Amino acid sequence: MLKQFGRLIINQNKSTCYKPLFYQNTRGFHSTYIAYYADVKTFDKILIANRGEIACRVIRTAKKMGIKTVAIYSDADARGLHIPLSYIINVNSIVLFQVSMADEAVNVAIQETGAQAVHPGYGFLSENSNFVKSLDEIGIAFIGPGESAMAKLGDKIQSKIIAKESGVNIIPGYNGVVKDADHALEIANSIGYPVMLKASAGGGGKGMRIAWNDQEVIEGFKLASQESLSSFGDDRLLVEKYIDNPRHIEIQLIADNFGNVFYLPERECSIQRRNQKVIEEAPSTHLDPATRKAMGEQAASLAKHVGYVSAGTVEFLVDSQRNFYFLEMNTRLQVEHPITEYITGMDLVEQMIRIAANQKLSMKQEDIKFHGWAIESRVYAEDPEKYLPSIGRLNKYREPVSITDKNEVRCDSGVFEGSEISIYYDPLICKLSTYGVTHNISLLREVIGSSRFQSGKISTKFLGEEYPKGFKGHVLNKESLYELASVAALIHAKKDLRNWHWLDDKGALLKSTLSEQAPKSWNLWIKINNEHIKTENYPNALIKTDWALESPLINTHFQIADDLEKTITIQYIDPLPIGFRLQHLGTKFDITVHSQRQHELSQYIHEKPKQDLSKFILSPMPGSVISLAVNVGDIVNEGAELAVVEAMKMQNVIRASRVGKVKKVNVKPGDAVAADEIMIEFDEV
Amino acid sequence: MHNFGTFTRILNCPSVSRISHITSFKQIINKNVINPVVSTQPRRHASGITKEEKILARVEEMRAQAQLGGGLKRIKAQHDKGKLTARERVELLLDPGSLMEYDTFVEHQCTDFGMDKNKIIGDGVITGHGTINGRRIFVFSQDFTTFGGSLSKMHALKICKIMDKAMLVGAPVVGLNDSGGARIQEGVDSLAGYAEIFQRNVLSSGVVPQISLIMGPCADFTFMVRDTSYLFVTGPDVVKAVCNEDVTQEELGGAKAHTVLSGVAHAAFENDIQAIQRTRDFIDYLPLSNREKAPVRFTDDSPTREDPSLNHIIPADSTKAYDIRDVITRIIDDGIFFEIMPDYAKNIVIGFARMAGRTVSIVGNQPLVTSGVLDINSSVKAARFVRFCDAFNIPIITLVDVPGFLPGTAQEHNGIIRHGAKLLYAYAEATVPKITVITRKAYGGAYDVMSSKHLRGDINYSWPTGEIAVMGAKGAVEIIFRHVEDRTQAENEYIAAQRGFIDDIILPSVTRKRIIEDLIVLENKQLPIIYKKHDNCPL
Repeated sequence: MLKQFGRLIINQNKSTCYKPLFYQNTRGFHSTYIAYYADVKTFDKILIANRGEIACRVIRTAKKMGIKTVAIYSDADARGLHIPLSYIINVNSIVLFQVSMADEAVNVAIQETGAQAVHPGYGFLSENSNFVKSLDEIGIAFIGPGESAMAKLGDKIQSKIIAKESGVNIIPGYNGVVKDADHALEIANSIGYPVMLKASAGGGGKGMRIAWNDQEVIEGFKLASQESLSSFGDDRLLVEKYIDNPRHIEIQLIADNFGNVFYLPERECSIQRRNQKVIEEAPSTHLDPATRKAMGEQAASLAKHVGYVSAGTVEFLVDSQRNFYFLEMNTRLQVEHPITEYITGMDLVEQMIRIAANQKLSMKQEDIKFHGWAIESRVYAEDPEKYLPSIGRLNKYREPVSITDKNEVRCDSGVFEGSEISIYYDPLICKLSTYGVTHNISLLREVIGSSRFQSGKISTKFLGEEYPKGFKGHVLNKESLYELASVAALIHAKKDLRNWHWLDDKGALLKSTLSEQAPKSWNLWIKINNEHIKTENYPNALIKTDWALESPLINTHFQIADDLEKTITIQYIDPLPIGFRLQHLGTKFDITVHSQRQHELSQYIHEKPKQDLSKFILSPMPGSVISLAVNVGDIVNEGAELAVVEAMKMQNVIRASRVGKVKKVNVKPGDAVAADEIMIEFDEV
Repeated sequence: MHNFGTFTRILNCPSVSRISHITSFKQIINKNVINPVVSTQPRRHASGITKEEKILARVEEMRAQAQLGGGLKRIKAQHDKGKLTARERVELLLDPGSLMEYDTFVEHQCTDFGMDKNKIIGDGVITGHGTINGRRIFVFSQDFTTFGGSLSKMHALKICKIMDKAMLVGAPVVGLNDSGGARIQEGVDSLAGYAEIFQRNVLSSGVVPQISLIMGPCADFTFMVRDTSYLFVTGPDVVKAVCNEDVTQEELGGAKAHTVLSGVAHAAFENDIQAIQRTRDFIDYLPLSNREKAPVRFTDDSPTREDPSLNHIIPADSTKAYDIRDVITRIIDDGIFFEIMPDYAKNIVIGFARMAGRTVSIVGNQPLVTSGVLDINSSVKAARFVRFCDAFNIPIITLVDVPGFLPGTAQEHNGIIRHGAKLLYAYAEATVPKITVITRKAYGGAYDVMSSKHLRGDINYSWPTGEIAVMGAKGAVEIIFRHVEDRTQAENEYIAAQRGFIDDIILPSVTRKRIIEDLIVLENKQLPIIYKKHDNCPL
């Protein structure tokens, strides 16, 4: 169950000798898919049992192939972007994809619409073998692997045993289900710390905890099994050695019903937070051809061993010596599949549909080559510092477009301006200029721009190492500060002139003001963070902008010297009581603009002390209260568990930040809480 | 001729009538030299020139003295509290150099309690006029450094003078209040002074906008500064003596008390600078008097802009809330909404905005708070706002999503009938352009009240999600059919349109465009007002 809205994929295909068999144009997609098939008919109508960007993505390929589509939606999702694209049917439960209900709902939808096949997307029903089985029983094709292969590989414990049997390298660990917390402790001590506890049925970081000591094993066991139960309906856990400094590299497979299994080039997904991917690239800078081949062949042998068909991905951990260990197999289309499509020119969804229609893959392993390099960034509605999800409405949303005609930018999204990001689903967006919900674009920008990322020296611990205290946004340097302050001054002047621009009934300028009395020059003080900048102190430069008042984008041209000019884009977010909020290099800045006199007098204004919140426990995000560990009158130690809040299917333990006596508990299990809502109040002990 | 020339020169000299010397206070304080004469003008009378020049020099000296109010020590005390002085405030409020000050030389005439030996030039208030973004306003600013800003007879007369002038020429009055109350030494004279001001407040009401910053009885809008401004009829000491209640100034009459609990103040700001800047922004929305139309300011926002995301803003689940401000900011120019009383009776949202550059007022039920139900506080809040807008020719745009009036004994016994009637009364008597958009629910008596067709609404639209009914379908079915679950007969969106109560059912995305077109059509709307001495609205 991956959290996401959409992806931004940039292709840097520099190859000129690349000659696909023939070109097939698709709307809004990169235009160079290679058709590996003759155009043989597959299905008349398919149902897409998913939502958001992946539903839109599958619908796009289906339309290209002339297949009618049925989308399903729930009340929480009635405004989704996939709705207008296709025939729709309401399955009428607030949270559609609670596994037990969805199964039945989809079956009803199939009967009502006459769909011949179901594409599950990723997450939700995509790895539920019972669902596949129920489809088999009514003779509907599942666009994905067969039930038994899915069941075997979907279970992490079993998949490890199978992997071992197929000759795939595996990580040292305990191959079996952990009975209870004590058992977990015993295993952990026998393998040695650190260890990883993870859900047997899970994926995508849910039900996964790393433990560095005994206490964390006990706590982690409890949380991971609860999360696993709520996410997958299965609370079995397993324990394994946690590999320090690993890279996460995965191999895409494609297999048909005729025994053909091919491996595609790898994807590097090492930039992760909370064990979930945020930036993926293909190919990896770390692999050499020999390792690539060895990994591909092991992956293919695993698939062959269980008779796997359709698209699938084998995930490996790779250490600095290029030793690789089997992690798990994802028996579905991955979120990050577009980067593989970019470098191979293959439409994976089309392959899946054709395989499901019992067509044979006509390529050979030697045909599969890759060209260029592609990167995907997941734009989430979450704060980039603590990675907490954010809910709200997308007030401004513009998708980036390729500036050439080579379709080098692909933006997969299931949202549009005005979309609501709810607590029911994962908070993936995709965009350039958003506001209203918090997003992580500033983090994505900084990571891709960082020299360490560009040098390729990454691991799955990249974010934790680079931003040990959490990402605090772009740190202004002399240049970016100058740009920001100059643009702020320009905006202030434009707005000030606008304030003098009074019109009569016919829209003509009133005589008295603008020409005669309005200010003609401004001597301003600009405050950004805690820095006061006097515009007078900047050297003369010619700065031009085409900014339409209060519009979101400020394109500014700087002519600093004869030979020094540049054009930058800064986003105007919204006005503040004095000043405004601008976004530069992905990070938002509150900017105060004072006139000379306001600046002089501001020395007398007292800074207000921040409210002392240490006596309150605030909900860190919107969500619902799962459990409470304390009652009124309890005395708790620093770090003690107080409550668990679940949002977007992630359980977060709320801990005491100090020693204290519980004075008041404002919530009870089951309550919905808003971000910063006071949950628990403390007294001094 | 020579003398006249000198006189003119001095008058034109910015150092005399403008406030430019305060910058030097700090230096003076630092040097620990207290010198009341701050003017840099040469003291020409010293060398035995003409009598007139001597007088002028003396005038100039007094003027310079007036800059200092109660003296440097008190100015420093004011600054130490995080507050600005009366002059500094005026300076920030008005366009630089635009203040024309009156009555600089006024002193009090009290002789009791030794007051005749204790006079301060200006008597604790600065009065005059100036401009805000080029538009004329009258202003008074009370000087806490002079007798604690207390109101004497002369102090009151200074204020009365500019209020009379403002009415005469048709310009708003902005009061920057910073006063401990009546000047006790003057006794009844001070009370008389208050009454004179109140009388003018009443006479000016509906003629020119009156804005009070920090405090003010009877003004149209009252803004406060958080943590440093207080407003009460009787202070904490009296409360303690009479009621034996312990209460701080902030708890009794601070910005929070008045913007959240009492509804006396209309907005609260963080500090003096911010409050004054926002007052400038606020004045920009208002016509200068009831003789003018609402002002039009340049905008880059296209009048024909459509917003497709409005089509998705109403949740599919009709019991789910949404923020009406999301609708408002998408309809108006540049998304800039000046909300009035944002912390009081939050189930209704009121405020000023612009459409195609012209000021409009917005009234919208807020589904986010108690489903947007109308109760006593929200009815009174909106009623007063509607009456202000009607008085000053500001078109009223009403966004309706209201499940009805709040039921219950608390509301009934406190007079919801009387208070709800205020809102109905305000809408019914308003003659400015009235445009109504029903976004979702419009149930029962609340439908009538919210600027319905029947209260002379000019244009009434409904979005496709609109439901006009006597009550919610479920409730109606329960009463009519006694729990028979057949809702179809009770729910029909088209009935109101069939009867002409709704002029059109429009797509949400075109709401802005349609309203702007209607505002142009209604620009010269004239509705005869029946002569009467005055009406008798419910109080």
